[in-house]
Amino acid sequence: MYKDLLYYLIFPGFIFISVAGAFLSWFDRKITAWVQFRKGPPLLQPFYDFFKLLLVKETILPASGSRLTFLMSPVFGLTGACLSGILIMLPALGLKSGFSGDMIVIFYMLTIPSLTYMIGALAAGNPLAAVGASREMKLIISYELTFLLVIAAVILKADLAVTVQDIILAQGEKGPFVGSLSGILLFIAFVFCMQAKLGLVPFDMAEAETEITHGSFIEYSGTAYALIRLTKYMMLFILPAFLCVTLLGGFRTDGIHLLWTVLKMIGVVLLITLIRNTNPRVRIDQAMRFFFIWMNLLVIVAIVLIYFGL
Amino acid sequence: MSKIIPIGPYHPLQEEPELFKLYCEGEIVKDIKWETGYNHRGIEKLSESKTFDQVFFLVERVCGICSTSHPFAFANCMEEIAGIEITNRTKYIRSVIGELERIHSHLLWLGLAGHFLGYNTVFMWVWKYREPVLDLFEMITGNRNSYAMFKIGGVRRDIPNDKIPAIQEVLRGLKKKLDMLVGAVMDDPVIHARTKGVGVLTREDVIDYAAVGPTARASGVDIDVRRDDPYAAYPLVSWKVITAKEGDVFAKVEVRLLEMYESVSIIEQCLEGLKKEKEGDIEIPVDEIPAGMGTGRAEAPRGEVFHFVMTDGSNFPVRHKIRAPSYVNIATFKKSCIGQTISDATISLAAVDPCYCCTERMAYAYDAATGKKLLNGSELVRLSQAKTDEIRKKMI
Repeated sequence: MYKDLLYYLIFPGFIFISVAGAFLSWFDRKITAWVQFRKGPPLLQPFYDFFKLLLVKETILPASGSRLTFLMSPVFGLTGACLSGILIMLPALGLKSGFSGDMIVIFYMLTIPSLTYMIGALAAGNPLAAVGASREMKLIISYELTFLLVIAAVILKADLAVTVQDIILAQGEKGPFVGSLSGILLFIAFVFCMQAKLGLVPFDMAEAETEITHGSFIEYSGTAYALIRLTKYMMLFILPAFLCVTLLGGFRTDGIHLLWTVLKMIGVVLLITLIRNTNPRVRIDQAMRFFFIWMNLLVIVAIVLIYFGL
Repeated sequence: MSKIIPIGPYHPLQEEPELFKLYCEGEIVKDIKWETGYNHRGIEKLSESKTFDQVFFLVERVCGICSTSHPFAFANCMEEIAGIEITNRTKYIRSVIGELERIHSHLLWLGLAGHFLGYNTVFMWVWKYREPVLDLFEMITGNRNSYAMFKIGGVRRDIPNDKIPAIQEVLRGLKKKLDMLVGAVMDDPVIHARTKGVGVLTREDVIDYAAVGPTARASGVDIDVRRDDPYAAYPLVSWKVITAKEGDVFAKVEVRLLEMYESVSIIEQCLEGLKKEKEGDIEIPVDEIPAGMGTGRAEAPRGEVFHFVMTDGSNFPVRHKIRAPSYVNIATFKKSCIGQTISDATISLAAVDPCYCCTERMAYAYDAATGKKLLNGSELVRLSQAKTDEIRKKMI
């Protein structure tokens, strides 16, 4: 019982995921700065940002709109992110075995943060937030199908194993899924879904600073915004971790393999960072077309390839 | 039912205060209205209280980015009134300053356009490449911006011949950077997707709205004051006016990028010209400005700058009228933004490179029936004094 609590709250739960996510966010910002000839923030900057918002800044509530929904949605978003992270990390580190069908639950939990951003934005009663919410909604509709297809393909590739543990075991036998042709296609589709889920360029149109001034989050301040920032840090850890688990062979923490695990995570975040620094933002209709036609096609090709054992 | 999406008065899209109201249905912009006037400084009126030499420093501050185009136009205007023909060395120096400014202004815009599209890497890179141009300004004029170089009948500082190789060196480096940028921008498929066919201004629209500068040239309207009303050294060097046909945002990017190559070429030719002229021959003494009227035009990076000055033989202008290019270019938003999505409308707004502080005007309200002024300057002063009194009373 106490052990479970420790797992959920400290390692590999809430605290660990937040801290690791914050460091990954620093890494992302530092690499961005180097790409752009800037110096970049100090190592602890994500923590300064978070605690300043949490403890120092005043929370201002919008006069119109539903305050309860507005304030509760970041809490639900944080919970969703946290639970999905725990469900991925426990079996991935071999601490607990997970339950049958936990891949499906993780898929739903990963959707919750994006949904709550949207609901919170709609509760804010601001026209710019409403535009942001409508864009977020369209974006969710477009990438979720691709994401679901990717997960289905991974399950198919692991001989219909629907638990995280079995997928890792299957990769232990056959080698990481990304080593095959279909695995490469799935990897590409997963990375773009991840980019959209994280709301980074080229799919940051729900925030779009220069168009709708951070759209969905425009009315958030203080503690409520701190929770959103924390959710974002956590997602920056959880999604690359999920990618590692499903396609890159999972985590091993014994001896030299720990180094590989860390390098895998950093490599995935580096890829995200480079994509976001070498592309302009696309329009929402272009993003929808990109996912509906091209990414879905890519995954379907991958599924056909899996059928032929490639 | 349409909702209003405000862009401004404070918005990350534009650094200056202005308000665009986009009347949207869903994401589609159905109508656009704009309010400027947050930034009015009364420069035309101020100018009437300054001597001709001081006016140069004033008009330099009309625009922070193209800070030499206004002195340029004002100098052309005053020289027309006084009937002065400036020396060739002055002409070359003026053109060098004007073209360097065009390069730095276009680079600044290109970076901002990248930022507006969410492409911050382009923003940072382009602004880094702009730095050497500002350093060059510092070397030539002593200032990175607001160069204080112009005066009636000449320029204030010479470009000594021994500084010319250094300028040529910077230009060579700049050309390499430009090649890289042109390659990066012109071949990027995502930039194409975001800018081609967006914010299209047809040739007719441009003529109807009297747009100027790169905004007009990108729609196939071949106008350029440097060629159409020659001044400074532009008739002495060979160059061509860049135009494009499409009229969309991409065409405007293209025109500005290619114009920078022309500017580099003009500067190089001017530097060759400078070597032939006698050093220090940079001004014609002017004793007195006769009574009269004159107009001066100059091609700023954003388009034609127009100055009108009326003099009465004293050393103050009696009337000084300035028209900045953004004044006409902003009106084209009615054509370019309606029917676009919000994402496209914002980049269309930025594509004309608007400069609001240049274009602010004082407006009088007239009664349509009687033609009577409802609010004039002194009444406004009285109103503001009354308000100050009220605040003071509250505070004491």
